[in-house]
Amino acid sequence: MKYAIFLGCSAPVRAKHYEATARSVCRELDVDLIDVPEFACCGFPIKNASAEAAFLVAARNLAVAEAAGADGVMTLCSSCAATLAGVNREIQNSRKVMERTNAALSDLGKAYRGSLVVKHLARVLWEDVGVDAIRSKVKRDLSPLRIAAHPGCHYLKPGEVHDNFDKVEDPRTLDELVAATGATPVAYEDKKLCCGGGILGFEETTALAMARHKLDIVKATGADAMVSICPFCSVMYEANQSRVEESFGVEYGIPVLFYPQLLGLALGFPEKELWFRMNSVRPTAMLSKVATE
Amino acid sequence: MITERELDKRFAIEVVSRPGGEALRRCLACGTCAASCPVGRFDNRFNPRRIIRMVLLGMRDRVLTSDFVWFCAGCHSCSERCPQGVHIPDIMVALKNIAREAGHVHPTVAKQVELLRDFGRVFEIEEYDNKRRVKMGLPELPERCEEVRTLLDKVGIS
Repeated sequence: MKYAIFLGCSAPVRAKHYEATARSVCRELDVDLIDVPEFACCGFPIKNASAEAAFLVAARNLAVAEAAGADGVMTLCSSCAATLAGVNREIQNSRKVMERTNAALSDLGKAYRGSLVVKHLARVLWEDVGVDAIRSKVKRDLSPLRIAAHPGCHYLKPGEVHDNFDKVEDPRTLDELVAATGATPVAYEDKKLCCGGGILGFEETTALAMARHKLDIVKATGADAMVSICPFCSVMYEANQSRVEESFGVEYGIPVLFYPQLLGLALGFPEKELWFRMNSVRPTAMLSKVATE
Repeated sequence: MITERELDKRFAIEVVSRPGGEALRRCLACGTCAASCPVGRFDNRFNPRRIIRMVLLGMRDRVLTSDFVWFCAGCHSCSERCPQGVHIPDIMVALKNIAREAGHVHPTVAKQVELLRDFGRVFEIEEYDNKRRVKMGLPELPERCEEVRTLLDKVGIS
């Protein structure tokens, strides 16, 4: 199974540490990745302007991945996963949609024949690699760590576009991936709550109030860190953490790691290659609990 | 107070004709969407049940010129639970699209369109980013994607 790694807009610019660690854990766990330089935006942001435009921009990405010889597309961003998987499903389910799409793509000399699967990185790790295989490669003891995982929305929803691989109302896969590293996943209230990122550019106060609510809960659990699998969720909880602190007069200091950073730590990668210095809230206290020499 | 004169009965038909809008009329107004909505929980100006009622009643101008039409985070909490299979996030997208077509474009959306037209992405890849990427052992990325602009032109998004 050869996956075209789909970087999206955020990760390659604003979350390079996520991309770098995603690539290295995939290498370690034998997930075969190819780069497709023609990839652009997944189409999700432009849905607000035109659903039709978003559909075509997404379909173009699928066409270039197929032409590059990939069997699947693996995304880093949850919204890219939901957008590309949704368009993929519509094209695969309807000959008419495929023909109409390809008529539009023909101006670019492109066509999509519907051969791909689309999965988020975390789903690839959970489904293709599997938690047992991950556990068997763990080299560093993370058992002192308690981690609050944030599955977010588009990693799971709409359930049908992701083949309901996880339970929308009771998501488990990310906690299982955290447990596979040896760390303890923390149960907490409102785990499924949306980060608010989707409305950050439209109603900032409400978006930050949504982020604050989860940060309050996670803080109260005493977790060593949060784990995210979406660059946009991370913007809300990590990059905007200090803004939430200022706006609401609160203090958190909660590190928000991308899952492959935690996984890479468990797999024994040198600390330097996990790029913790690029996390805006440094996980210094967390790292002091595990032997990183 | 709503007067019949300000109601546009064709508004619901317009929304139903959009992708994902088909099930709009099946809404029973049970309120599962409003009870599940994470945005509404923190901001009572946003209430998906009320918006759907407004659309069905034909309150075209009030919906399209509202602030709240832009408040849907697209999280799909509502549609996963809707007992009638109404694709509420798709309906919210349809309303945003119709609002833009009617000239009520939100500045954030206008900016996103501009970025996509210029770079094919919503975050520009600057020279600095590519330098940094190479230093980190990541592949360099093209700074533009003209084909995205071609597709946007094709569907009249400028």
